[in-house]
Amino acid sequence: MKLLRIVPDVTTFGFMSFRRVSFPLSAILSVVSVAAFFVISMNFGIDFTGGTLIEMQARQGKADISIVREAASDLAVGEIEVQEFGTAGGVSIRFGLQPGGEQGQQQVMERVKSMFEKDYEFRRVEVVGPRVSGELVQSGTLGVVLSIVAVLIYLWFRFEWQFAVGAVIATLHDLVLTIGFFAVTQIEFNMTSIAAILTIVGYSLNDTVVVFDRIRELLRRYKTMPAAELLDLSINSTLSRTLMTSVATSLALVALVIYGGAVIKSFSWAMIFGVLIGTYSSIFIAAPVLIYLGVRNAGEADQIEESDASLTTPKS
Amino acid sequence: MMRFSRFKTVAVLLLALSGFLYAMPSMLSPDTREAIRKGIPSFVPAWVVPHQAIVLGLDLQGGSHVLLEVDTATIIRTQVNTLRDDVRRILREEKIALAGGIGVQARGVNVRVSDSAERTRLMGKLREMALGPVLTRGTSAPTMELVEQPDGLVVLTLTEVGVNERVRKALDQAIEVLRRRVDALGTTEPNIQRQGIDRILVEVPGLQDPRKLKDILGTTAQLEFRFLAETGAAPGDVENMPFQEGGGNAPVEKRVIVQGEDLIDAQPAFDSRTREPIVNFRFNVRGSQRFGQATTEGVGRSLAIVLDKKVISAPRIQTPITGGSGQISGHFTVESANNLAILLRAGALPAPLTIVEERTVGPGLGQDSIAAGKLASYCATALVVALMMITYGLFGIFANVALVIHVVLIFAMMSLLGSTLTLPGIAGIVLTIGTAVDSNVLIYERIREEHRSGRSMISALEAGFDRAFATIIDSNVTMFLAAALLFLFGSGPVRGFAVTMILGIITTVVTAVTMTRMMIAVWYRTARPTHLPF
Repeated sequence: MKLLRIVPDVTTFGFMSFRRVSFPLSAILSVVSVAAFFVISMNFGIDFTGGTLIEMQARQGKADISIVREAASDLAVGEIEVQEFGTAGGVSIRFGLQPGGEQGQQQVMERVKSMFEKDYEFRRVEVVGPRVSGELVQSGTLGVVLSIVAVLIYLWFRFEWQFAVGAVIATLHDLVLTIGFFAVTQIEFNMTSIAAILTIVGYSLNDTVVVFDRIRELLRRYKTMPAAELLDLSINSTLSRTLMTSVATSLALVALVIYGGAVIKSFSWAMIFGVLIGTYSSIFIAAPVLIYLGVRNAGEADQIEESDASLTTPKS
Repeated sequence: MMRFSRFKTVAVLLLALSGFLYAMPSMLSPDTREAIRKGIPSFVPAWVVPHQAIVLGLDLQGGSHVLLEVDTATIIRTQVNTLRDDVRRILREEKIALAGGIGVQARGVNVRVSDSAERTRLMGKLREMALGPVLTRGTSAPTMELVEQPDGLVVLTLTEVGVNERVRKALDQAIEVLRRRVDALGTTEPNIQRQGIDRILVEVPGLQDPRKLKDILGTTAQLEFRFLAETGAAPGDVENMPFQEGGGNAPVEKRVIVQGEDLIDAQPAFDSRTREPIVNFRFNVRGSQRFGQATTEGVGRSLAIVLDKKVISAPRIQTPITGGSGQISGHFTVESANNLAILLRAGALPAPLTIVEERTVGPGLGQDSIAAGKLASYCATALVVALMMITYGLFGIFANVALVIHVVLIFAMMSLLGSTLTLPGIAGIVLTIGTAVDSNVLIYERIREEHRSGRSMISALEAGFDRAFATIIDSNVTMFLAAALLFLFGSGPVRGFAVTMILGIITTVVTAVTMTRMMIAVWYRTARPTHLPF
């Protein structure tokens, strides 16, 4: 049986010259993402805004969205979102913070519940009070920021500083575009989305590190090769692995999108986007950035220190 | 490549085998697991014998997650009141007359003593009280601060440390009370734990309607027996309290005869005459004495039974009640009488608790999520397995065997560590299925490359594993850092995701690197191949 090759054995794509296209493209996409974030804003879930989410299932037959919407509007103040959800007869009701502090949320939720109790079965009820939602925003943001800092430090120890900076630029690029993805698609942004973002950060770095590892190796082997040529060679020689892994991961994620159920769906879509963008950025952003950061010099400095076989940061 | 020591082979096989063993209990019925657990001899540590199933998160088995916050303001107010009473007692004992009354501030009290000799005496006594016995002095930061102002004002305030200590004690007490209350509900394995400085997390699996749980959590259950005020009582001694049922207010004396803390038992029962649900209670010695005395003096008057500032009932005292027991009737249903008995037995909360977050998943949704998670996992595994096979042939099969063991090891470690599997956790496992093969892909691609550049097959195999290893470590450490931070900063189900990611990363390195290496070594020795099978 002839085995599948996603990428031919030997490729000689000129990835570096493509940076004249990829850099402006990424710059535009980043600006669009930031603009989308501020203009359209993200569809923040109750984890971050506070409020109530009720998912219920009609005890029999179909759910009447308009009746539910009308009834719920009488009980809760502010914007109320009523949607069909999941299978036939499923409805989700979402409304923001109610007046009356922490107790206010509970009271309105109980009132809404008792109104629909007779005709619906409650599958999920979530109430996030004003205090908790504020803290979730804080800890979520802190988590993302700290993970980037931690990785920056790790890479700085493991590689030269140019690599760390290159990896972080690529990761920030992925982060910004993912936020743009959430803003444009209006997929709900909640605690699970923070998990998705951190995983995208992890995946993108994983991908970048593999390419960087090869760059470092080739820098030692070919001492006189021009930087652009060397970077091209590194990317080409890791290309089959890069694409193979991103196909494997995407396949697993497609299974989650199709069968994982409503809760996991938005997480999985964001992850698929993240895998694609992470693969793109490690090839077209992270590596080319190294040219501007003067990686050749770093590589030579590394060779001087190579005799003691340490991989710690050289003073460049 | 050839030198894969026998010891290492045995170790790897043992690891895989114990992985299967520890993952197994989750497949068994709860009864079988219980039988295994009972069968463990006492001289063997329990974890040695696999008997634990994976703990499912509330989002998978259904249940309620309620985050409560203790009302710090009430705790401080109570503490300030105690402080005021203490100061009053000292003033009385020392026979010091005050220019004004005792002033109450947000976090303390003040008194103005104009006579400097008296003030010095007072300061001494207060300092003694504030700092506690000599023995504990200086061991920690002071809980109170005592200041003597030049104009004769003495100010005693609780410090930040003092307030925090109070809140901590109140929280400990509240957790104990909640545990007794939730246990009385008879649900399986409730989880009650402190969260931060002033919060308590209550997780109760498998509850159909969380309303009863929330009623039980949110009630302070401060029971008081007082007299109904008679006409002509001084207005300062009387407060109006609403009736629990039926509306309207009742004038109640401020003086408390007996408090709930003097109760030693409370049981739901039926009134022998009216067949109405009632709650029978019994006092301790102190409570019996006080109650007996009050009811003897107050025959003919009405008693007010007050729960959390609401009057449950106001029976007339027919005869003195000196036996130390009595009954509360108040238009109860069987359920509300039972609830009241639970609350009274468990004791009162030191301060009111507010629900700041609630997440409830119905059992139906949990079932559906498990089914969806299973289907997605099988499907993802099938897709990735197929991809590996059509790309790497025989080596793909090696990778797939390692992949299956990888998933088994994740489940085994979760069972052993008692970590919770959530729906995002399942997503994490599915994701690690995708990334687990990454290590194999790295190795295999490296082998091909080395082979292409002219190395012999055996040396290409060696070089592939050796060179890819550093990359595998680097790339997994970055993933690991992201997952670890997610674990630290995430909450609830998201933490479950981080857990499976972390375990997945750890097991990948073992299965994808060591196990495949072993399989390839065995294959090389037995099949004596002359070219790479992919």
